[in-house]
Amino acid sequence: MNEFLQQLINGLSIGSVYALMAVGYSLVYSIMNFSNFAHGGVIMFGAYFGYFFLKSLGLPFYMALLLAGGLAAILAVIVEKIAYSPLRRRNAPFLYYIISAMGASIFMENIVVATIGPTFLTYPNVISVEPIKLGNLSIGRLDLMMFIISAVSLILLVYIIDYTKVGKAIQATAYNMKASALMGINTDLIIIIVFALGGALAGIAGVLFGMKYTVYPQIGNITLKSFIAAVFGGLGSLPGAVIGSVLLGLIETLVSGYFSSQYRDLISFALLIFILIVRPVGLMGKVVEDKA
Amino acid sequence: MDLYYIKGILILTGINMIAVLGLSLLTGFTGLFSFGHAAFMAIGAYTAATMTVKFGLPFIPAILIGGIAAGLVSIIIGRLTLNLKGDYFCIATLGMGEAIKLILDNVQYFGGARGWPGIPLNTTLLIVVIFDILAVIVLINIINSRHGRNMIAIREEELASQIIGINVFKYKMMSLIISAVYAGIAGGLFAHYMGFLQPKMFQLIKSTELTIIVIFGGLGSISGSVLGTAVLTALPEILRDFSEWRFVIYGAAVIFIMVARPQGLMGGQEFTFQGLKRLVRRVIPQKKTLPHSGGGN
Repeated sequence: MNEFLQQLINGLSIGSVYALMAVGYSLVYSIMNFSNFAHGGVIMFGAYFGYFFLKSLGLPFYMALLLAGGLAAILAVIVEKIAYSPLRRRNAPFLYYIISAMGASIFMENIVVATIGPTFLTYPNVISVEPIKLGNLSIGRLDLMMFIISAVSLILLVYIIDYTKVGKAIQATAYNMKASALMGINTDLIIIIVFALGGALAGIAGVLFGMKYTVYPQIGNITLKSFIAAVFGGLGSLPGAVIGSVLLGLIETLVSGYFSSQYRDLISFALLIFILIVRPVGLMGKVVEDKA
Repeated sequence: MDLYYIKGILILTGINMIAVLGLSLLTGFTGLFSFGHAAFMAIGAYTAATMTVKFGLPFIPAILIGGIAAGLVSIIIGRLTLNLKGDYFCIATLGMGEAIKLILDNVQYFGGARGWPGIPLNTTLLIVVIFDILAVIVLINIINSRHGRNMIAIREEELASQIIGINVFKYKMMSLIISAVYAGIAGGLFAHYMGFLQPKMFQLIKSTELTIIVIFGGLGSISGSVLGTAVLTALPEILRDFSEWRFVIYGAAVIFIMVARPQGLMGGQEFTFQGLKRLVRRVIPQKKTLPHSGGGN
């Protein structure tokens, strides 16, 4: 029982970081209807920004976190401007976006390999590694912090989307881009804001991920799992992305805790295929009739 | 030494070409996008290697069995995923591809993630070229047949083709199976060229590479696929002097193509000798024929 609770805590902590990444996929999907595979690259850059600010500049942790988020947001907007916005002007089919995103992701990964190098980098110890004892349970301070920072960021995102004018505009654009443009919403600006929001969360997630594990150029491949979580919860749905991520985090830690960590990734992909076959729109996604 | 190196690139280009031609049928002519085709290559590669190494079969039958095995697996995958629409089919193939790679990682019979050395080096340039020529001829015949036209109809307008009585599922399945067999054969040749197999070789990046080549060459063009393979397999080799920077350039090139020339090299056109003649005539005006025919090409 104790061990189970321990696994649960670990699962929640990693699941909450997945959620930060997955909402980025979902936000973009809800507006532009394609899977932004360049998101992994932005997360990777976020991790490197955080490393640079903490290790090289020695900034305080929260400042480094915010700066990494801000820079990642700018990077995400740059990717949008270069790789997607010319396609958008031409009304290109969704596949061109995916290929362009793959190109951007190859570019970002390898520019890091070429400049910084393919080595693994470890973050400096920002907070003490000594766990908090709670009866028989021990909660890592880092795990707790990951959970809290993720939760706060997500609540902030929900606030922006549900209670501000910009959020209303994002919802309207997601519902129908053409009609929103006719109603006087600057949809180009909304798309930039959406990429910036997703990018900021990606930067924060990257820093947290880098602190928990290490930083290396292929970190983007791991973010594929947060994409699975977004599909699992229903692409385009924010609550779905969060629930899917937390469930995936729990499933992963339980599988590696009770079976073998070798099968962890296999289970994730099996889950992805299963959900696509049984219910392609995911847990929370809305069923859209195909207009053909 | 230098000649040996060029020969190696030619063989790899030829092997890639077979897989790309298969994917071209699925993506360019049927309109289905796959991000898991490397998995079919993996199945072909491991099956063919098992046949030669563990069962002692001759080389060519082993390659063909590898292709058939990939085709059989594609039937199962197609049954499960072909009813999914657009984006979701892509994601499903991506998941399938990664899942097959992860399964191979854990099968100790094939050496697991560490890899499988000691596969006989049977693939020669001649064999690859023969397979390439056969692949092109078979593909041209499929596309010019009734079945091929049905596939193109599905690409153009799925609903309309269903209404005029084309069995959409059947033709999508047919296209998937043929492309998987092509990928399987390419995998088998690859295994017997490298002499060493590792699940890592068939990751998402390999599937993406194949799809990028098909789009780069131009959707719906066989000659485009052939040309695209030649250019994009050679490009990283030409840039080898830039070492790490070559994949940066590669990534930038992919974005550039999507943004600047999304119809690809051939833009859905085929390379024919008549077309070449027309091009030559346009570049070099023939004075003698001009007054009479009035540019009647």
